[in-house]
Amino acid sequence: MSHPVQAAEFLQDAAKAKWHDETLWFVRDKRDKISHTIPEWEQLRELASKIKDNVLGNLDIYLEDFERNATKNGIKVHWAKDAEEHNAIVLSILQEKNCKAIVKSKSILTEECHLNPYLEKSGIEVVDTDLGERIVQFLNQPPSHIVLPAIHLKKGEISDLFHEKLHTEKGNDDPTYLTQAARVHLREKFLGAKVAITGVNFGIAETGEFVVCTNEGNADMGVHLADVHIACMGIEKIIPKRQHLSVFLRLLARSATGQSITNYTSHFRSPAAGREMHIILVDNGRTAQLGRETFRNSLKCIRCGACMNTCPIYRRSGGFSYESTVPGPIGSILSPGLDLKKYSTLPFASTLCGSCSDVCPVKINIHEQLYAWRQEITKAQGTSPKSLSMSLGNGIFKSPLAYKISGTLMRAALKTLPDSLIYNPLNTYGKSRDLPELPKESFKDWYKKNRG
Amino acid sequence: MSSRSEILGKIKSLKLEQKPLPETPVFAVSNNLEESFVKSILSNKGEIWTLQELEGKIQSGSFPKVYAKVPEFKSFSNQELPSDPHEFADLDLAIIRGQFGVAENGAIWLEDSDLGLRAVPFIAEHLAILLDRNQLVGNMHQAYQKVGMAESGFGLFIAGPSKTADIEQSLVIGAHGARSLLLILT
Amino acid sequence: MKPESPHIALFIPCYVDQFYPEVGVSTLELLEKLGCKVSYPQGQTCCGQPMANAGFERNTVGTTRHFIETFKDYDYVVAPSGSCVLHVKEHTPSIPGLEKEQAELHHKVYELTEFITDVLKVERIDGSYPHRVGYHASCHGQRGLRLASSSELNEEPFSKAKKLLENLAGLEWVQLSRTDECCGFGGTFAVTEEALSIQMGKDRLEDHMVHGAEILTGGDMSCIMHLQGIASRNKQTLQFKHIAEILNEAIS
Repeated sequence: MSHPVQAAEFLQDAAKAKWHDETLWFVRDKRDKISHTIPEWEQLRELASKIKDNVLGNLDIYLEDFERNATKNGIKVHWAKDAEEHNAIVLSILQEKNCKAIVKSKSILTEECHLNPYLEKSGIEVVDTDLGERIVQFLNQPPSHIVLPAIHLKKGEISDLFHEKLHTEKGNDDPTYLTQAARVHLREKFLGAKVAITGVNFGIAETGEFVVCTNEGNADMGVHLADVHIACMGIEKIIPKRQHLSVFLRLLARSATGQSITNYTSHFRSPAAGREMHIILVDNGRTAQLGRETFRNSLKCIRCGACMNTCPIYRRSGGFSYESTVPGPIGSILSPGLDLKKYSTLPFASTLCGSCSDVCPVKINIHEQLYAWRQEITKAQGTSPKSLSMSLGNGIFKSPLAYKISGTLMRAALKTLPDSLIYNPLNTYGKSRDLPELPKESFKDWYKKNRG
Repeated sequence: MSSRSEILGKIKSLKLEQKPLPETPVFAVSNNLEESFVKSILSNKGEIWTLQELEGKIQSGSFPKVYAKVPEFKSFSNQELPSDPHEFADLDLAIIRGQFGVAENGAIWLEDSDLGLRAVPFIAEHLAILLDRNQLVGNMHQAYQKVGMAESGFGLFIAGPSKTADIEQSLVIGAHGARSLLLILT
Repeated sequence: MKPESPHIALFIPCYVDQFYPEVGVSTLELLEKLGCKVSYPQGQTCCGQPMANAGFERNTVGTTRHFIETFKDYDYVVAPSGSCVLHVKEHTPSIPGLEKEQAELHHKVYELTEFITDVLKVERIDGSYPHRVGYHASCHGQRGLRLASSSELNEEPFSKAKKLLENLAGLEWVQLSRTDECCGFGGTFAVTEEALSIQMGKDRLEDHMVHGAEILTGGDMSCIMHLQGIASRNKQTLQFKHIAEILNEAIS
């Protein structure tokens, strides 16, 4: 399916679509308010963007530094060129430990690699421990947002789901009650897991440590109780120095949810005595994106989700309409690099309004990259009927006489033909919108008469 | 070829332009660090308590199982630090001391040596942190200057209790970790 | 400006030429009232934006060459559209043989309100317009040309359009809930993502209606055409005008 089809379907439930829009706008508004309390906000964005420029130009060196320092600290470092290899590494660690049940905290990378179904095929129980992720996991759905995984669900739906899965009272949709039920359910999973998997927010080359940010504390609950911690990290998550965390941490939570910092910011430098710590460095298309000059800086993304909250399209079409692991504006510039054909409608799921670029804490020029992907996609698609009509358009507009004739004809046609006969794009345009009333003369005609 | 050399080789072959690292300027901070810190903690849904209040609550039996890492509450501590953190699954209260706090966001820095076990601040039902009111910095830049090149295997900023808003963006305190953060400035 | 002042070319977007001649007339008259010497080069056509935004920038070489040749000899080029101006500046392919003219043109092309505030240095416009006016900031003007502060950025609030409107006697500026959200027109987006486009338009209209706007204005007729089309289909009574029409009417 394409984005427009999915979006139209999402909008069928008008009340829910409105609620989705308003809920995400509320998050965007919180982000605005808190960012306005930081006078140096724009300087921080610029700093973050420049630090990432430096990272992308020296990624090999920083990865080698990271590996050396992490290894020195007792972390086992693995490299995976793609999702398949990443999943195989995880499985081999689990098999070595004879582990049949794991807990996992929010990691978009493992979603990208489709780790859960892979492990489940091998008979391993995977429990996502972030509340939102657990909810969507119960529903066999992917997260619809990278920070707010269950933002597409109303509490009534979650209440019904928990009644079925966790035997909560039927009809009780109080968020505190439901969260408490999940706490009890997940506490048991935390206590039973020998291996815990987390994502990574930042890897620090200088120290070989990595940082994980959560509000729920689920990442820490998992890893500190388990014997083995496996962290999965995209290679672009590297930053040069520990001190650079200050810049990114000041931006991350404020951009994501409008809070000044997540309640837990954990720095993992070496395993606790008698425990194991693994980190898997994953490429899966990132070096290819690094090689695309126009799209390179999409790799600066720190996964705050602010571009989703601000996007007028995302808010009204929902995360699933993108059918990609990372939805929304940033997903629409990352995903075409992975599969141009499959994701060809995403760069067009935008009005190029530019809000995503202005909200981005690392100043990725998202809307400009959407524009640039459009050029790539039409090239790859070759001469379609649409491209033919566009060429025709160019022919008309470069010749004043042809333009004038076609303009006059168009106005004449609009005036006399019934709606149903007006050619297809205009027909779509006019489905729920009236066309402008037609003037007797064009501006050009007026000018000739009055100023000519 | 190993994936390691394949990935690194791909990056090296791009021969990308090397751009310099920017210098982080010094930014102004609050002129009343304690006031800002308290405000931040409260907005993160932490609570400000006094030593006496906590003592009273413990004495009244609100927290049957207590682990105190700090000398101020040693007499109230009735749990030994286990070697296996699972034994703390029913711990009611952990009391630890933070190294310093950050005024702009209420974050408190802790290292392995402050925790006993890494699981302690998460697995306890409630968490009390003592903090020297003279150990406050303004922002995260100052915070990382203070952390410096510390070599603790685990370092942690805690800024509030465990919380979630995953159900319709309604804030709920007490997701998986400690249900409260009781901060005592000393 | 005095009569011997710079020679200004009027760049009238193709759909304004065809559908909204009164906006072209108002722009011309307004600039003349402000003392400008304005010509309308009659050979002008479309700037090529619809094609470029649809992914066919490479097919706009001819259009762009024609645009440069038409306008290169003027001191300034002024258009009642942020969107078309942004396109000319940022999304036109480089034209071999005309590189110098093209580069110069990018600095000579102005959207109407920015031309009045930044080039003519008009600090205030005196006149009368006793109506409640809601302003729709087109995204390309807003975030592309920076005609107003962006709600996402931490910057001093400003708006070039508001600066021109706020001194008109009797004009009440309508404060919106979402000051700079997109209306959902987006060129071909209006057709390819029809359902979203309509919903976004409806939401924008509601923001203006609940805050009591009597007239919805803006700097881009494309947004207004879309919003007006939805309002008219749904029998909403809001009036629609380009900012050039309001300013021109107010000072006559």
